[in-house]
Amino acid sequence: MGAYAYVAPQSVDEALSVLGEQASSGTRAQVLAGGTDLLVQMRSIDRGARTIIDIKKLAETNRLDVGADEIYIGAAVCSALMNEHEALKALLPGLMEAGDLIGSTQIQGRATICGNLCNSSPAGDSIPAQIAVRAVVDIANASGGRQLPVEEFVTGVGTNALEDGEFVLGLKIPRPAENSSDAYLRFIPRTEMDIAVAGCGVSVTLAEDGTCSAARVAIGAVAPTALLVPAAAEALIGSKLDDAALQAAGEACSTASSPITDKRGTAEYRRKVVAVLCRRAAAIAKQRATGA
Amino acid sequence: MAKVHVTTRINGEAREFLCEPHQTLLDVLRDELGLTGTKEGCGSGDCGACSVTIDDRLVCSCLVLGAEAEGAEIGTIEGVAGAELHPVQQKILEHAALQCGICTPGIVVAAKNLLERHPDPDETTIRYWLAGNLCRCTGYDKIIRAVQDAAKELAHSA
Repeated sequence: MGAYAYVAPQSVDEALSVLGEQASSGTRAQVLAGGTDLLVQMRSIDRGARTIIDIKKLAETNRLDVGADEIYIGAAVCSALMNEHEALKALLPGLMEAGDLIGSTQIQGRATICGNLCNSSPAGDSIPAQIAVRAVVDIANASGGRQLPVEEFVTGVGTNALEDGEFVLGLKIPRPAENSSDAYLRFIPRTEMDIAVAGCGVSVTLAEDGTCSAARVAIGAVAPTALLVPAAAEALIGSKLDDAALQAAGEACSTASSPITDKRGTAEYRRKVVAVLCRRAAAIAKQRATGA
Repeated sequence: MAKVHVTTRINGEAREFLCEPHQTLLDVLRDELGLTGTKEGCGSGDCGACSVTIDDRLVCSCLVLGAEAEGAEIGTIEGVAGAELHPVQQKILEHAALQCGICTPGIVVAAKNLLERHPDPDETTIRYWLAGNLCRCTGYDKIIRAVQDAAKELAHSA
Protein backbone atom coordinates (compact mmCIF):
# COMPACT_ATOMS: atom_id res chain seq x y z
CA MET A 1 0.00 0.00 0.00
CA GLY A 2 1.48 3.26 -1.10
CA ALA A 3 0.09 6.71 -0.49
CA TYR A 4 -2.32 8.75 -2.47
CA ALA A 5 -0.85 11.44 -4.69
CA TYR A 6 -2.34 13.93 -7.14
CA VAL A 7 -0.66 15.29 -10.23
CA ALA A 8 -2.05 17.53 -12.98
CA PRO A 9 0.37 17.31 -15.92
CA GLN A 10 0.61 20.30 -18.25
CA SER A 11 1.53 18.30 -21.34
CA VAL A 12 0.80 14.89 -22.87
CA ASP A 13 4.49 14.00 -22.56
CA GLU A 14 4.45 14.83 -18.86
CA ALA A 15 1.30 12.74 -18.36
CA LEU A 16 2.88 9.83 -20.22
CA SER A 17 6.07 10.10 -18.19
CA VAL A 18 4.12 10.02 -14.90
CA LEU A 19 2.10 7.03 -16.16
CA GLY A 20 5.34 5.36 -17.31
CA GLU A 21 7.07 5.85 -13.95
CA GLN A 22 4.08 4.39 -12.18
CA ALA A 23 4.00 1.41 -14.51
CA SER A 24 7.74 0.71 -14.17
CA SER A 25 7.73 1.07 -10.38
CA GLY A 26 4.71 -1.18 -10.05
CA THR A 27 2.70 1.41 -8.14
CA ARG A 28 -0.81 2.22 -9.08
CA ALA A 29 -1.89 5.19 -11.16
CA GLN A 30 -5.31 6.18 -12.36
CA VAL A 31 -6.38 8.82 -14.81
CA LEU A 32 -8.95 11.37 -13.66
CA ALA A 33 -11.22 13.16 -16.11
CA GLY A 34 -14.68 14.10 -14.81
CA GLY A 35 -14.34 11.86 -11.77
CA THR A 36 -18.03 10.98 -11.52
CA ASP A 37 -17.24 7.27 -11.53
CA LEU A 38 -13.73 7.43 -10.05
CA LEU A 39 -14.54 9.43 -6.91
CA VAL A 40 -17.56 7.26 -6.13
CA GLN A 41 -15.38 4.14 -6.49
CA MET A 42 -12.66 5.66 -4.29
CA ARG A 43 -15.19 6.09 -1.50
CA SER A 44 -16.86 2.72 -1.79
CA ILE A 45 -15.64 -0.35 -3.61
CA ASP A 46 -12.01 0.60 -4.27
CA ARG A 47 -10.30 2.60 -1.55
CA GLY A 48 -6.74 1.58 -2.43
CA ALA A 49 -4.10 4.30 -2.60
CA ARG A 50 -2.87 5.41 -6.00
CA THR A 51 -1.50 8.35 -7.92
CA ILE A 52 -4.31 10.28 -9.54
CA ILE A 53 -3.35 11.83 -12.85
CA ASP A 54 -5.70 14.68 -13.70
CA ILE A 55 -5.72 15.05 -17.50
CA LYS A 56 -7.95 18.14 -17.61
CA LYS A 57 -5.07 20.64 -17.94
CA LEU A 58 -3.99 19.34 -21.37
CA ALA A 59 -4.76 21.28 -24.55
CA GLU A 60 -5.36 17.98 -26.38
CA THR A 61 -8.00 16.67 -23.99
CA ASN A 62 -9.86 19.99 -24.06
CA ARG A 63 -10.22 19.96 -27.84
CA LEU A 64 -13.75 20.19 -29.18
CA ASP A 65 -13.52 20.60 -32.93
CA VAL A 66 -16.00 20.19 -35.73
CA GLY A 67 -13.82 19.94 -38.83
CA ALA A 68 -14.66 19.47 -42.49
CA ASP A 69 -13.86 15.76 -42.29
CA GLU A 70 -13.56 14.94 -38.64
CA ILE A 71 -15.09 15.78 -35.28
CA TYR A 72 -12.86 15.64 -32.21
CA ILE A 73 -14.21 15.41 -28.67
CA GLY A 74 -11.41 15.59 -26.11
CA ALA A 75 -11.36 13.42 -22.99
CA ALA A 76 -11.75 16.42 -20.68
CA VAL A 77 -14.83 17.83 -22.42
CA CYS A 78 -17.76 17.50 -20.05
CA SER A 79 -21.19 16.54 -21.26
CA ALA A 80 -22.70 19.96 -20.50
CA LEU A 81 -20.06 21.74 -22.60
CA MET A 82 -20.55 19.24 -25.42
CA ASN A 83 -24.30 19.80 -25.39
CA GLU A 84 -23.87 23.57 -25.55
CA HIS A 85 -22.12 23.18 -28.95
CA GLU A 86 -24.88 23.80 -31.49
CA ALA A 87 -23.01 22.47 -34.54
CA LEU A 88 -22.18 19.27 -32.69
CA LYS A 89 -25.80 18.83 -31.63
CA ALA A 90 -26.95 19.30 -35.22
CA LEU A 91 -24.44 16.78 -36.58
CA LEU A 92 -24.52 14.11 -33.86
CA PRO A 93 -27.85 14.48 -32.05
CA GLY A 94 -27.88 10.83 -30.97
CA LEU A 95 -24.45 10.92 -29.37
CA MET A 96 -25.31 14.22 -27.68
CA GLU A 97 -28.56 12.84 -26.27
CA ALA A 98 -26.72 9.77 -24.99
CA GLY A 99 -24.32 12.05 -23.11
CA ASP A 100 -27.18 14.21 -21.92
CA LEU A 101 -29.00 11.18 -20.47
CA ILE A 102 -26.22 10.46 -18.00
CA GLY A 103 -26.95 11.97 -14.61
CA SER A 104 -28.13 15.32 -13.33
CA THR A 105 -27.08 18.86 -14.25
CA GLN A 106 -24.30 18.55 -11.66
CA ILE A 107 -23.04 15.29 -13.15
CA GLN A 108 -23.25 16.76 -16.65
CA GLY A 109 -20.94 19.52 -15.51
CA ARG A 110 -18.19 16.98 -14.87
CA ALA A 111 -18.87 13.71 -16.67
CA THR A 112 -17.22 13.03 -20.03
CA ILE A 113 -18.17 10.52 -22.71
CA CYS A 114 -14.53 9.37 -22.83
CA GLY A 115 -14.74 8.64 -19.11
CA ASN A 116 -17.99 6.78 -19.73
CA LEU A 117 -16.10 4.69 -22.28
CA CYS A 118 -13.09 4.09 -20.03
CA ASN A 119 -15.30 3.06 -17.11
CA SER A 120 -16.39 0.34 -19.53
CA SER A 121 -19.68 -0.52 -17.87
CA PRO A 122 -21.92 -2.79 -19.97
CA ALA A 123 -24.65 -0.18 -19.43
CA GLY A 124 -22.60 2.94 -20.29
CA ASP A 125 -25.13 4.96 -22.25
CA SER A 126 -22.77 6.81 -24.55
CA ILE A 127 -20.90 3.70 -25.74
CA PRO A 128 -23.50 2.31 -28.21
CA ALA A 129 -24.02 5.88 -29.44
CA GLN A 130 -20.25 6.26 -29.98
CA ILE A 131 -20.11 2.97 -31.88
CA ALA A 132 -23.09 3.97 -34.04
CA VAL A 133 -21.28 7.12 -35.26
CA ARG A 134 -18.02 5.24 -35.98
CA ALA A 135 -16.06 6.87 -33.16
CA VAL A 136 -12.38 5.94 -32.90
CA VAL A 137 -10.50 6.20 -29.61
CA ASP A 138 -7.39 8.40 -29.78
CA ILE A 139 -4.96 6.79 -27.34
CA ALA A 140 -1.72 8.41 -26.15
CA ASN A 141 1.28 6.22 -25.37
CA ALA A 142 5.08 6.44 -25.35
CA SER A 143 5.35 5.04 -28.87
CA GLY A 144 3.44 7.78 -30.64
CA GLY A 145 -0.11 6.76 -29.83
CA ARG A 146 -2.65 4.48 -31.47
CA GLN A 147 -6.24 4.50 -32.62
CA LEU A 148 -8.87 1.91 -31.90
CA PRO A 149 -12.54 1.76 -32.96
CA VAL A 150 -14.81 2.07 -29.92
CA GLU A 151 -16.35 -1.35 -30.59
CA GLU A 152 -12.90 -2.91 -30.09
CA PHE A 153 -12.00 -0.83 -27.02
CA VAL A 154 -14.17 -2.37 -24.31
CA THR A 155 -13.06 -5.94 -23.66
CA GLY A 156 -15.36 -7.01 -20.83
CA VAL A 157 -17.30 -5.82 -17.80
CA GLY A 158 -15.23 -2.88 -16.53
CA THR A 159 -12.19 -3.77 -18.64
CA ASN A 160 -10.76 -2.21 -21.79
CA ALA A 161 -7.87 -2.29 -24.22
CA LEU A 162 -5.80 0.42 -22.49
CA GLU A 163 -2.40 -0.92 -21.53
CA ASP A 164 -0.10 0.31 -18.77
CA GLY A 165 1.27 3.69 -19.71
CA GLU A 166 -1.64 4.60 -22.00
CA PHE A 167 -4.54 7.01 -21.65
CA VAL A 168 -7.35 8.31 -23.84
CA LEU A 169 -6.91 11.76 -25.39
CA GLY A 170 -10.29 11.91 -27.08
CA LEU A 171 -12.65 10.53 -29.69
CA LYS A 172 -12.32 11.01 -33.44
CA ILE A 173 -15.58 10.81 -35.31
CA PRO A 174 -15.90 11.07 -39.09
CA ARG A 175 -18.11 14.04 -39.92
CA PRO A 176 -21.48 12.54 -40.95
CA ALA A 177 -22.26 12.64 -44.67
CA GLU A 178 -25.16 14.73 -45.98
CA ASN A 179 -28.58 13.22 -45.22
CA SER A 180 -27.19 11.33 -42.25
CA SER A 181 -28.22 11.34 -38.63
CA ASP A 182 -28.19 9.27 -35.49
CA ALA A 183 -30.30 8.50 -32.43
CA TYR A 184 -29.87 6.78 -29.10
CA LEU A 185 -32.62 5.37 -26.92
CA ARG A 186 -32.45 3.48 -23.67
CA PHE A 187 -35.01 2.00 -21.37
CA ILE A 188 -34.89 2.61 -17.61
CA PRO A 189 -37.47 1.82 -14.91
CA ARG A 190 -37.95 5.51 -14.08
CA THR A 191 -37.92 8.54 -16.35
CA GLU A 192 -34.53 10.03 -15.46
CA MET A 193 -31.15 9.27 -13.96
CA ASP A 194 -31.01 5.52 -13.86
CA ILE A 195 -28.93 2.72 -15.33
CA ALA A 196 -30.02 1.37 -18.70
CA VAL A 197 -31.91 -1.92 -18.84
CA ALA A 198 -31.23 -1.88 -22.56
CA GLY A 199 -30.00 0.74 -25.01
CA CYS A 200 -29.59 1.10 -28.75
CA GLY A 201 -27.71 3.60 -30.93
CA VAL A 202 -28.42 3.87 -34.66
CA SER A 203 -26.89 6.00 -37.41
CA VAL A 204 -28.25 6.10 -40.95
CA THR A 205 -27.38 7.76 -44.25
CA LEU A 206 -30.11 8.19 -46.84
CA ALA A 207 -29.75 8.39 -50.63
CA GLU A 208 -31.70 10.99 -52.64
CA ASP A 209 -34.67 8.66 -53.04
CA GLY A 210 -34.78 7.90 -49.32
CA THR A 211 -33.10 4.51 -49.55
CA CYS A 212 -30.79 3.80 -46.64
CA SER A 213 -27.28 3.70 -48.10
CA ALA A 214 -25.31 3.24 -44.87
CA ALA A 215 -26.18 2.34 -41.29
CA ARG A 216 -24.64 1.32 -37.99
CA VAL A 217 -26.51 -0.24 -35.10
CA ALA A 218 -25.05 -0.82 -31.63
CA ILE A 219 -26.67 -2.19 -28.51
CA GLY A 220 -25.91 -1.67 -24.82
CA ALA A 221 -26.70 -3.26 -21.45
CA VAL A 222 -27.69 -6.56 -23.08
CA ALA A 223 -24.23 -8.20 -23.19
CA PRO A 224 -20.93 -7.92 -21.24
CA THR A 225 -19.95 -5.06 -23.56
CA ALA A 226 -21.78 -2.76 -25.95
CA LEU A 227 -21.94 -4.52 -29.32
CA LEU A 228 -21.90 -3.45 -32.93
CA VAL A 229 -24.64 -5.42 -34.69
CA PRO A 230 -23.72 -5.71 -38.39
CA ALA A 231 -26.77 -7.90 -39.13
CA ALA A 232 -29.06 -5.11 -37.93
CA ALA A 233 -27.31 -2.58 -40.17
CA GLU A 234 -27.58 -4.99 -43.11
CA ALA A 235 -31.32 -5.22 -42.53
CA LEU A 236 -31.56 -1.42 -42.84
CA ILE A 237 -29.19 -0.82 -45.77
CA GLY A 238 -30.97 -0.90 -49.13
CA SER A 239 -34.38 -0.46 -47.54
CA LYS A 240 -36.55 2.64 -47.23
CA LEU A 241 -36.42 2.07 -43.47
CA ASP A 242 -39.95 0.75 -43.68
CA ASP A 243 -41.60 -1.30 -40.97
CA ALA A 244 -40.35 -4.61 -42.33
CA ALA A 245 -36.73 -3.40 -42.35
CA LEU A 246 -37.01 -1.97 -38.84
CA GLN A 247 -38.58 -5.21 -37.65
CA ALA A 248 -35.72 -7.23 -39.13
CA ALA A 249 -33.10 -4.92 -37.61
CA GLY A 250 -34.78 -5.20 -34.20
CA GLU A 251 -34.78 -8.98 -34.44
CA ALA A 252 -31.08 -8.93 -35.33
CA CYS A 253 -30.44 -6.93 -32.13
CA SER A 254 -32.37 -9.46 -30.03
CA THR A 255 -30.41 -12.29 -31.61
CA ALA A 256 -27.06 -10.56 -31.02
CA SER A 257 -27.81 -9.87 -27.37
CA SER A 258 -26.86 -12.12 -24.46
CA PRO A 259 -28.44 -10.34 -21.51
CA ILE A 260 -28.45 -11.24 -17.84
CA THR A 261 -31.40 -11.32 -15.49
CA ASP A 262 -31.12 -8.90 -12.58
CA LYS A 263 -33.33 -6.58 -10.53
CA ARG A 264 -33.66 -4.21 -13.48
CA GLY A 265 -35.13 -6.79 -15.83
CA THR A 266 -35.05 -10.37 -16.97
CA ALA A 267 -32.95 -11.58 -19.87
CA GLU A 268 -36.11 -12.33 -21.86
CA TYR A 269 -37.44 -8.82 -21.26
CA ARG A 270 -34.15 -7.17 -22.24
CA ARG A 271 -33.98 -9.21 -25.43
CA LYS A 272 -37.44 -7.99 -26.35
CA VAL A 273 -36.92 -4.37 -25.36
CA VAL A 274 -33.66 -3.98 -27.27
CA ALA A 275 -35.54 -4.78 -30.49
CA VAL A 276 -38.15 -2.12 -29.73
CA LEU A 277 -35.44 0.44 -28.99
CA CYS A 278 -33.66 -0.41 -32.25
CA ARG A 279 -36.84 0.10 -34.29
CA ARG A 280 -37.64 3.39 -32.61
CA ALA A 281 -34.07 4.73 -32.72
CA ALA A 282 -33.82 3.87 -36.43
CA ALA A 283 -37.11 5.68 -37.08
CA ILE A 284 -35.87 8.77 -35.22
CA ALA A 285 -32.53 8.71 -37.05
CA LYS A 286 -34.40 8.46 -40.37
CA GLN A 287 -36.63 11.38 -39.49
CA ARG A 288 -33.62 13.48 -38.50
CA ALA A 289 -31.71 12.53 -41.65
CA THR A 290 -34.58 13.71 -43.83
CA GLY A 291 -34.61 16.97 -41.92
CA ALA A 292 -38.24 16.42 -40.95
CA MET B 1 1.48 11.44 2.59
CA ALA B 2 2.32 14.74 0.94
CA LYS B 3 -0.38 17.34 1.12
CA VAL B 4 -1.30 19.35 -1.95
CA HIS B 5 -1.02 23.13 -1.85
CA VAL B 6 -3.91 24.74 -3.68
CA THR B 7 -4.38 28.38 -4.69
CA THR B 8 -7.92 29.20 -5.72
CA ARG B 9 -10.66 31.79 -5.54
CA ILE B 10 -13.76 31.15 -3.48
CA ASN B 11 -16.72 33.52 -3.81
CA GLY B 12 -14.43 36.07 -5.40
CA GLU B 13 -11.74 35.97 -2.72
CA ALA B 14 -8.26 34.53 -3.15
CA ARG B 15 -7.81 31.49 -0.87
CA GLU B 16 -5.07 28.98 -0.26
CA PHE B 17 -5.30 25.64 1.46
CA LEU B 18 -3.52 22.37 1.99
CA CYS B 19 -5.43 19.16 1.36
CA GLU B 20 -4.88 15.45 1.12
CA PRO B 21 -4.55 14.26 -2.50
CA HIS B 22 -7.77 12.29 -2.25
CA GLN B 23 -9.74 14.76 -0.13
CA THR B 24 -12.90 16.01 -1.81
CA LEU B 25 -13.61 19.68 -2.41
CA LEU B 26 -16.65 19.23 -0.18
CA ASP B 27 -14.47 18.08 2.73
CA VAL B 28 -11.99 20.88 2.10
CA LEU B 29 -14.75 23.51 2.13
CA ARG B 30 -16.29 22.18 5.30
CA ASP B 31 -13.34 20.87 7.30
CA GLU B 32 -10.39 23.03 6.20
CA LEU B 33 -12.06 26.33 5.32
CA GLY B 34 -15.02 26.36 7.69
CA LEU B 35 -17.50 26.90 4.88
CA THR B 36 -20.14 24.61 6.30
CA GLY B 37 -23.05 26.02 4.28
CA THR B 38 -22.35 23.36 1.67
CA LYS B 39 -23.90 20.13 2.95
CA GLU B 40 -23.00 16.50 2.57
CA GLY B 41 -25.96 14.27 1.74
CA CYS B 42 -25.05 11.12 -0.11
CA GLY B 43 -21.39 11.65 -0.93
CA SER B 44 -21.90 9.96 -4.28
CA GLY B 45 -23.28 12.67 -6.55
CA ASP B 46 -26.91 11.63 -6.30
CA CYS B 47 -28.50 14.22 -4.01
CA GLY B 48 -27.02 17.62 -4.94
CA ALA B 49 -26.80 18.89 -1.34
CA CYS B 50 -23.11 19.68 -1.94
CA SER B 51 -23.73 21.70 -5.13
CA VAL B 52 -21.18 24.43 -5.86
CA THR B 53 -20.00 26.08 -9.05
CA ILE B 54 -16.53 25.73 -10.53
CA ASP B 55 -15.87 28.43 -13.14
CA ASP B 56 -19.65 28.95 -13.23
CA ARG B 57 -20.33 25.28 -13.99
CA LEU B 58 -22.67 23.55 -11.51
CA VAL B 59 -21.11 20.43 -9.94
CA CYS B 60 -21.33 18.19 -6.88
CA SER B 61 -18.38 19.11 -4.66
CA CYS B 62 -18.33 15.55 -3.29
CA LEU B 63 -17.23 14.38 -6.74
CA VAL B 64 -14.41 16.91 -7.10
CA LEU B 65 -10.99 16.66 -5.49
CA GLY B 66 -9.88 19.66 -3.48
CA ALA B 67 -6.67 19.60 -5.53
CA GLU B 68 -8.72 20.23 -8.68
CA ALA B 69 -9.67 23.68 -7.35
CA GLU B 70 -6.19 24.95 -8.28
CA GLY B 71 -6.59 28.07 -10.40
CA ALA B 72 -10.38 27.79 -10.45
CA GLU B 73 -13.17 30.10 -9.32
CA ILE B 74 -15.38 28.33 -6.80
CA GLY B 75 -18.86 29.57 -5.91
CA THR B 76 -20.56 28.34 -2.72
CA ILE B 77 -23.75 29.19 -0.87
CA GLU B 78 -21.78 31.61 1.30
CA GLY B 79 -21.27 33.83 -1.76
CA VAL B 80 -24.90 33.99 -2.84
CA ALA B 81 -26.32 36.71 -0.58
CA GLY B 82 -24.99 40.26 -0.67
CA ALA B 83 -26.25 42.91 1.73
CA GLU B 84 -29.66 41.37 1.08
CA LEU B 85 -30.73 37.85 0.30
CA HIS B 86 -30.53 36.79 -3.34
CA PRO B 87 -34.01 36.69 -4.95
CA VAL B 88 -33.82 32.88 -5.07
CA GLN B 89 -33.27 32.81 -1.30
CA GLN B 90 -35.95 35.43 -0.63
CA LYS B 91 -38.53 33.59 -2.73
CA ILE B 92 -37.72 30.25 -1.11
CA LEU B 93 -38.54 31.91 2.22
CA GLU B 94 -41.73 33.54 0.93
CA HIS B 95 -43.00 30.33 -0.66
CA ALA B 96 -42.04 28.24 2.39
CA ALA B 97 -40.02 26.11 -0.01
CA LEU B 98 -37.97 24.47 2.70
CA GLN B 99 -38.59 22.42 5.80
CA CYS B 100 -35.55 20.70 7.26
CA GLY B 101 -33.25 22.82 5.12
CA ILE B 102 -30.45 20.35 4.40
CA CYS B 103 -31.05 20.44 0.64
CA THR B 104 -31.64 24.19 0.54
CA PRO B 105 -28.07 25.51 0.05
CA GLY B 106 -27.60 23.14 -2.88
CA ILE B 107 -30.93 24.14 -4.37
CA VAL B 108 -30.13 27.83 -4.04
CA VAL B 109 -26.74 27.39 -5.73
CA ALA B 110 -28.28 25.26 -8.50
CA ALA B 111 -31.25 27.59 -9.07
CA LYS B 112 -29.06 30.71 -9.13
CA ASN B 113 -26.82 29.03 -11.73
CA LEU B 114 -29.91 28.10 -13.76
CA LEU B 115 -31.23 31.67 -13.80
CA GLU B 116 -27.82 33.03 -14.80
CA ARG B 117 -27.80 30.71 -17.81
CA HIS B 118 -31.54 30.69 -18.61
CA PRO B 119 -33.15 33.86 -17.24
CA ASP B 120 -36.65 32.84 -18.34
CA PRO B 121 -36.91 29.06 -17.88
CA ASP B 122 -40.19 27.20 -18.29
CA GLU B 123 -41.33 24.79 -15.60
CA THR B 124 -39.96 21.75 -17.40
CA THR B 125 -36.53 23.35 -17.68
CA ILE B 126 -36.55 24.17 -13.97
CA ARG B 127 -37.62 20.65 -13.03
CA TYR B 128 -34.93 19.04 -15.20
CA TRP B 129 -32.25 21.45 -14.02
CA LEU B 130 -33.05 20.74 -10.37
CA ALA B 131 -33.57 17.00 -10.86
CA GLY B 132 -30.18 16.38 -9.26
CA ASN B 133 -31.21 18.16 -6.05
CA LEU B 134 -33.20 15.81 -3.87
CA CYS B 135 -35.59 17.19 -1.26
CA ARG B 136 -37.44 14.74 0.94
CA CYS B 137 -39.64 17.36 2.63
CA THR B 138 -41.33 19.74 0.23
CA GLY B 139 -42.50 17.60 -2.66
CA TYR B 140 -40.72 20.12 -4.94
CA ASP B 141 -43.75 22.16 -6.02
CA LYS B 142 -43.00 25.03 -3.66
CA ILE B 143 -39.36 25.03 -4.76
CA ILE B 144 -40.39 25.25 -8.41
CA ARG B 145 -42.82 28.12 -7.64
CA ALA B 146 -40.10 29.95 -5.73
CA VAL B 147 -37.65 29.65 -8.62
CA GLN B 148 -40.30 30.82 -11.10
CA ASP B 149 -41.03 33.79 -8.87
CA ALA B 150 -37.31 34.56 -8.48
CA ALA B 151 -36.94 34.50 -12.28
CA LYS B 152 -39.75 37.07 -12.57
CA GLU B 153 -38.20 39.25 -9.88
CA LEU B 154 -34.77 39.13 -11.54
CA ALA B 155 -36.29 39.97 -14.93
CA HIS B 156 -38.17 42.88 -13.37
CA SER B 157 -35.09 44.28 -11.61
CA ALA B 158 -32.80 43.80 -14.62
